[in-house]
Amino acid sequence: MNYEAVIGLEVHVQVKTASKIFTRVGQGYGHAENTLTDPVVLALPGALPVMNKAALDAVIKAGLMLHCDIAEVCKWDRKNYFYPDSPKNYQISQYDQPICNGGYVEIELPASSRNVMGEHKQIPLTRIHLEEDVGKLNHGAHDSLVDYNRAGTPLMEIVSEPAIQSGEEAYAYLTALRTMMVYAGISDCDMEKGQMRCDANISIRPVGQTELGTKVELKNLNSISYVRDGIQHEIKRQIAVVQKGGTIVQETRDFDGIAGTSQSLRSKEEAHDYRYFPDPDLMPVRVDDTWKQRLADECPERPFDKQRRFMADYNLPYTATSVLVPDLALSDYFEAAVAASDKGQAKQVANWVINDLLRELGAAGQDLADTRVTPAHIAEIVKLVDAGAINSNIAREVFAETFASGESPAAVVNRKGLGGETNADELEQWCRDAIAGNDKAREQFIGGKESAINAFKGPVMKASRGKANPKLVDETLRRLLAEG
Amino acid sequence: MADDLTFSTIAQLADRLAARDISARELTQATIDHTSAVENKVKAFNSLNPEDALAQADASDARRAVGQALGPLDGVPISLKDVIAVKDQPLTAGSKMLENYVSPYDATVASKLKQDGAVLWGRTNLDEFAMGSSTENSAFATTRNPYDLERVPGGSSGGSAAALAAGQSIATLGSDTGGSIRQPAAFCNVVGLKPTYGLVSRFGLAAFASSLDQIGPFARTVEDAAIMLGAIAGHDPRDSTSYKTDIPGYRAALAEKKGPWKLGIPKEYFGDGLDPEVGAAIETAIAFYRDQGCEVREVSLPHTEHCLSVYYIIATAEASSNLARYDGVRYTHRSADAKDVLDVYYKSREEGFGPEVKRRVILGTYVLSSGYYDAYYLRAQKVRTLIRQDFLNAYESVDAILTPTSPTPAFKAGEKADPLSMYLSDIYTIGVNLAGLPGISVPAGFSSAGLPIGLQLIGQPYQEADLLAIAHAYDSAHDWSAQRPSL
Repeated sequence: MNYEAVIGLEVHVQVKTASKIFTRVGQGYGHAENTLTDPVVLALPGALPVMNKAALDAVIKAGLMLHCDIAEVCKWDRKNYFYPDSPKNYQISQYDQPICNGGYVEIELPASSRNVMGEHKQIPLTRIHLEEDVGKLNHGAHDSLVDYNRAGTPLMEIVSEPAIQSGEEAYAYLTALRTMMVYAGISDCDMEKGQMRCDANISIRPVGQTELGTKVELKNLNSISYVRDGIQHEIKRQIAVVQKGGTIVQETRDFDGIAGTSQSLRSKEEAHDYRYFPDPDLMPVRVDDTWKQRLADECPERPFDKQRRFMADYNLPYTATSVLVPDLALSDYFEAAVAASDKGQAKQVANWVINDLLRELGAAGQDLADTRVTPAHIAEIVKLVDAGAINSNIAREVFAETFASGESPAAVVNRKGLGGETNADELEQWCRDAIAGNDKAREQFIGGKESAINAFKGPVMKASRGKANPKLVDETLRRLLAEG
Repeated sequence: MADDLTFSTIAQLADRLAARDISARELTQATIDHTSAVENKVKAFNSLNPEDALAQADASDARRAVGQALGPLDGVPISLKDVIAVKDQPLTAGSKMLENYVSPYDATVASKLKQDGAVLWGRTNLDEFAMGSSTENSAFATTRNPYDLERVPGGSSGGSAAALAAGQSIATLGSDTGGSIRQPAAFCNVVGLKPTYGLVSRFGLAAFASSLDQIGPFARTVEDAAIMLGAIAGHDPRDSTSYKTDIPGYRAALAEKKGPWKLGIPKEYFGDGLDPEVGAAIETAIAFYRDQGCEVREVSLPHTEHCLSVYYIIATAEASSNLARYDGVRYTHRSADAKDVLDVYYKSREEGFGPEVKRRVILGTYVLSSGYYDAYYLRAQKVRTLIRQDFLNAYESVDAILTPTSPTPAFKAGEKADPLSMYLSDIYTIGVNLAGLPGISVPAGFSSAGLPIGLQLIGQPYQEADLLAIAHAYDSAHDWSAQRPSL
């Protein structure tokens, strides 16, 4: 019998706000233990929560980016359970009136080859809600210490429908989600820092069956690759259990990404009764059209929409767009350079950005934000090459100067006298000399050996001290050779 | 005589302090001395801060000496219920759970009083976490009624009422969740005001039931209550349930608003269980208002019979969650026997909470449980809306509602061993909290046994200026509140 997997993902994303969700103390990663605390974070007697509007803005933006319906009114509920990382012993969350409903994440599945666009699919969402993160327990040999720095960090929970069918789809889903959150400035989604966390609910069923199988929850998947690997492992495990005549037990399992194995954490019998009820300390929130519109205006173009636009409007190949688009700053840089260049030069601009700028940045260990090369510099260099003022070899030399000093390409060309002196007469003379100096190659070329022409180019370039435009050299040589 | 000083009103003392007839230090020292003399009988305080209070008084005198006095409260000793946070002072909530806890921050009301120059004096006793009607549920002591030491001062703000009645403070703050300011005010012959929900910030008030709790003043006169309310009212960005509204000059309104008013008498509040002497005192008060030209008419609050059940579902549900933070992990009592994390929870809470708190936490946990939520909590919230609507309907024809504060005068300590009979002593005050309305208890005479009786006036939302003016009309025409207990 053939089985198919049904997977739903619950993704927690920390919202990048200056302060915590219910108080003004700052949030962040890597601070000394219990320094990001105050009476509200520590749940001292009398402390009250006040909603951070920036956190609300962020989750509404996320909803808009992901095509959700934004609730006109949402409210806050207490999820009651005792655990030492939870200072109040209840978590303020949203139970039955989340701020975002429905929506979907557009994903791209891997294609047969890297330079071909894969199939696109929409994974429907159930909801997105806003809640507070908990602290962290540091377990020692004889005791456990609590660090409340993380407690009260605004946290979005993005819940998908059980509509994901494989580990690869989950991988694509998380990649797309992360790009979108980073794009909108909602989160950095660094899974190592816990800024994005994922739990997967996985079940299998015989192909053709509509009823869902018993689900197993997979936890502690702390990289996107582990999510993919963990899901694939769990699907295999479940199929093996069923094929041996066993039944799937509803449970939570822990996946060890390094060992590639999983083990049971707890079964459903220990399920909590969270005693949800509306938090009387917080007012419900009404989101009106003005508020929604303001945030919609702040939302960036979605990455896949941009990729389609780059391919259509700039005629870029898929591979170029898949380098430029996932990085918002890089794609903005590219578009600024296109705007400064002439019509029809977008492809050359893309090549300079991807091949030259990124290579130099990589070699120098710099980020895009650090570079002295402006988008206008890129446009200038493309124009110089296109106009025949410098050839591509000279252009690389010029670019290296610009990269190092920030001096504009035109200024470098002028200062070093690199452009403009290959007049046609001079060039023609160098070409005649080259042909005259190599009878063998001339005969071979006339005899039909196309590549023999290259033998003349070296001496011409040498005579021009590298400045000759290779395209003009080629044309001139062909004309002279044809003339005999 | 020192006693004259410590039994004075804020209004009187403000004049004397302004005239430099007395100093804040003299007033504070007199309060400290008088407290030393009577505290062993009354047991109104959980902790005292005489040196700190004198330092505050000296700072007040220094301000006044350079002409920078801050207003009528500058230099006046005021005592806060031991459930309101004051920076660097103990905050026990009357519970063993917080026996050694010191607050690192000020409640908004505490910082407002400090800004007005008040001398924050002592922490007054209460029923543990404000759960009770007699102050017998305190983990530390049972406060006594200064008018009869065998009797309770009421609760849960019994310490704040008794301290004021016994001349141990000039005004006090309490908190009122189901009558915890008004009932002890009635029992102790002082004025007690529970403001509209949202008028006074709850930031820094250790929560019992968040949707019902409200801080309010105890004072010797309605005028003093108006001064106190003016000091503590106002929107607070740190409390999301605090309401943005203009704060009128409450004290000035007492003189400006003259009536006559239309007063409603809810027929449901005058049935079985009302002590005849209390009933007679209220009838006399009604006659007074009629004589003043007020129209007094019967109104109906038909859902009154459900108030007690609705209250004990909503209040306990919220309390079960609010008190979860007292868990033995951080700043509370932690059991010395705890071996693991569950022990820390179970044993610390077993040892740290008293029986009434446990009873309410268990009840609240139950009503929120899966499968019971709709039947209890959700339905109670719906009935709560109806209860509020009853009051709002009545206000279409009357300006305020007049009732007894409590069905009986103060009862004896240990008399109400059955929790339900204790709960019934709040029967006239609970509806006001459920409806979120302002209510005030004003001294209205004494029983034949010499026990104080309180008159309750219930106002419209955020119309404290009118409510205080109506109460002031009665209070200023009587001298009940000038009576002193013989200690």
